[in-house]
Amino acid sequence: MKDQVTLMKGNEALAMAMIRYGADGYFGYPITPQSEVLEKLEEEMPWDTTGMVVLQAESEVSAINMVYAGACCGKAVCTSTSSPGFSLMQEGMSYMSASEVPALVINVMRGGPGLGTIHPSQADYFQACKGGGHGDYHPIVLAPSSVQEMADFVGLAWDLAFKYRCVSMILVDGLIGQMMEKVVLPEQKPRRTEDQIREQCPWAINGRKGMRPKNIITSLELDDDKMEANNERFQATYREIEKNEVRCELVNTDDCDYLMVAFGSMARIGMKTMELAAEEGIKIGLVRPITLWPFPTKEIAEAAKGKKGVFVPELSCGQMIEDVKLAVECKLPVEFYGRTGGNVPSPEELLDALKNKLINK
Amino acid sequence: MAKIKGAVTVETERCKGCNLCVVACPCQVLDLQKKEVNNRGYHFAYMAQPDKCIGCASCALVCPDGCVEVYKVVEK
Amino acid sequence: MENNDIIRPENLVYKRPALLSENHMHYCPGCSHGVVHKLVAEVIEEMGLAESAIGVAPVGCAVFAYNYIDIDWMEAAHGRATAMATAAKRLQPDKLVFTYQGDGDFSAIGTCESIHSCNRGENIAIIFINNAIYGMTGGQMAPTTLLGQKTATCPYGRRADLNGYPLAITPLLAQLDGTCYVTRQSVHKPANVRKAKAAIKKAFQNSLDGKGTSVVEIVATCNTGWKLTPEKANLWMEENMFAKYPLGDLKDVDAKK
Repeated sequence: MKDQVTLMKGNEALAMAMIRYGADGYFGYPITPQSEVLEKLEEEMPWDTTGMVVLQAESEVSAINMVYAGACCGKAVCTSTSSPGFSLMQEGMSYMSASEVPALVINVMRGGPGLGTIHPSQADYFQACKGGGHGDYHPIVLAPSSVQEMADFVGLAWDLAFKYRCVSMILVDGLIGQMMEKVVLPEQKPRRTEDQIREQCPWAINGRKGMRPKNIITSLELDDDKMEANNERFQATYREIEKNEVRCELVNTDDCDYLMVAFGSMARIGMKTMELAAEEGIKIGLVRPITLWPFPTKEIAEAAKGKKGVFVPELSCGQMIEDVKLAVECKLPVEFYGRTGGNVPSPEELLDALKNKLINK
Repeated sequence: MAKIKGAVTVETERCKGCNLCVVACPCQVLDLQKKEVNNRGYHFAYMAQPDKCIGCASCALVCPDGCVEVYKVVEK
Repeated sequence: MENNDIIRPENLVYKRPALLSENHMHYCPGCSHGVVHKLVAEVIEEMGLAESAIGVAPVGCAVFAYNYIDIDWMEAAHGRATAMATAAKRLQPDKLVFTYQGDGDFSAIGTCESIHSCNRGENIAIIFINNAIYGMTGGQMAPTTLLGQKTATCPYGRRADLNGYPLAITPLLAQLDGTCYVTRQSVHKPANVRKAKAAIKKAFQNSLDGKGTSVVEIVATCNTGWKLTPEKANLWMEENMFAKYPLGDLKDVDAKK
C-alpha cells in the first residue's frame, strides 16, 4: 500500500487525503467544479472505517458554521467549495479567525464575479489572502499546482491550523481540481481520541469532564480594550506565521534576465513558457508562491535583484501582481497578463505576452 | 393537624425588583422595598408578612434572577 | 416559630441551581430569559449532565447565556446555532448538545438552518424563546410580532399588507419527520414554570436517546420592548400571544405509542 501510485482527480485526492489524515468531519455543499470532493467522500464511506463524519449541508452558510462548531470542539474538520460558495462562507471565516479555532477551508476557484463561469479562475486571491470577511484577519493560504500537492497540502494545512489555532485554506483553481494525475496518498493516520484532543486542545468545547472550568468559545468582546488586546494577539500570531511559514518554489531564478511570478495552474503553464523561451535564448526564472499568505515577499525581492523585469500571469484581472509590486517596491518593471471567463492561456501565449510587455516594448 | 411554615431569603444585590415574585405569591407574603434600594438602585423584594409564608416556592419559581431561596418546616 | 428557626439548611426546599453562575444576569428586570436559564441549569444538574453538556448560544439578548450557565458553550453567528449544534453533536454523539435561540435568531435569519436541522432529525434540543420582538437591538419587529403590535420598526402596529403575517414556526417543524417532540410552554406562572422544566427535561432526554430533534418553544415576554411592566407584560402575553401561539404539545412521538 505504501507509496502506491494511483491516478485520480485533484478533487478526489483532496477527499482521500482528508480520510488518510484522520479527519473528524467534512461538511460541504455541492458546487461545480469541486463536487467530486463530497462525492468521493460519500463513496468511500469513511464513517465505517475511520469514524469520520461526512455531511451534505443545506447551504455553504450552514456548512461553514458546521465547520466552525467542529473546530470549536477541537476536531479536524473541513469544507470545500467553489467561488460563489466561498463568498457565502466569509462570515464563518471571520468568526473562526476571531475565535482562534483551527479549520481547513478549500476553495476550488471558478470564474466570477457573480455566478460567472464553472471554468478555472484565480480571481479569489484577494478574497482569500486579504480576508474576505469583516475585520482584520488572515487565513494561511496554500496554493497547490499538482494533484500530488492537493493530497499533500491537506495534512500540511491542518497541521498549520492546529499549530497556530487559525484557519488554513487551500486555494486552487478548477483546472487542478478536475485534472487527473498520478498521486501517492499519505499513509492512514488514526483519528485522535477524545483524551488526545483534551490534551492537545484544552480550550475545546467537549464538556467539563472532571468538572474542569468551563470553556467558552466566542468571537464577541464588548470591552473595547479587551477586544483591542484580542486583535493584538491575532496580529502577533500572524507575524509569527509570516516569520515561519512562507513557502515558495524557485526555478532558474539565479540565472535569468526576467522573473515570472505565478501560482497554481499558471505556474505549471509558466514552466513550459520558460522552456520555450530558453529555446529562443530568453532566460526566464520562476517564483511559485506556495503560500499566498504569508506571501513570499523577501524571496521575490531577492530573486528580482538585477533582473530586467517581472512578469505576473494570473487567471484574473490582476490581483497577486499588487503583492509582487510591493515585494519589489517598483524598482523594476512589473507587467501583467491575465485571462478571465474560464479561459486558460497557452505557454506560447504567455511567452508572447512577456516579450510584448517586457522585451519588445 | 400539621401546620406548614415557610420562609424565604432574597439575595438583595441580585434582585432587580421586577415584582413578579410579589404577584406570584398566593399568600401576599412578599413586597418590594418602598424606599430602600440595593447597590444597583433596585427596590428589592422582601418578606413583608413573614407569618403568612407556606414555603410553596411560587416566588422562587418565577424569579428570573434566581435570588430567592425557600425554606419550609412542618410543625407537628 | 421564628424565621430564623425556619431558615436553616435542613429546611431548604428551593435554591438557585449551582450551575447558574454567580454572575448577575444582564437581562432587564422581569425578563423571561432568566427563568429559562434557571430551568436549563436545573435540568442539566438534575440529569447529571454538567460534564457532558454543550450549549450553543445565539445572537440576541441571550448572546451571553454562556456567562450564566456553567457548562461548555460556543457562540454562534446570528441564526447559525442549529448548524453548529448539528456538527457538535455528530462529532461528539455522547454529549448533550442544545441551542438556545430567540425568535429573530431561530425564525428569521436562521430559518433555513432551523428547518433543515429539524428535518435531518439531528439529535439536538432547541430552546426557542419567542417574545415577538427583537430585544437586544432595541425592540424592532420580529417575524413573530403580532398583527397590530407596535415595535420600533412598525411604530403604528404591524400590518399584514406592509409587513406580512406573524410566523408560527413550531407547527411547521412539528410536520417534519425529523422532529420527535415539539412543544410550546411559558414561564409566567409557577405551574407553567414546572411544565416548561418538564418539557426541557424531556427534550434533553430525547437528544440523549437519539430520538431526533426536540423543540421547546417558550412563549415569553419582553417587557422593555413591549413597553410594559413585567406584571402587565405577562397579562398582555396571556391575552394576545397565546391566541396566536397557544400552549401545549404540538408533537410527541412517544405519546402515540
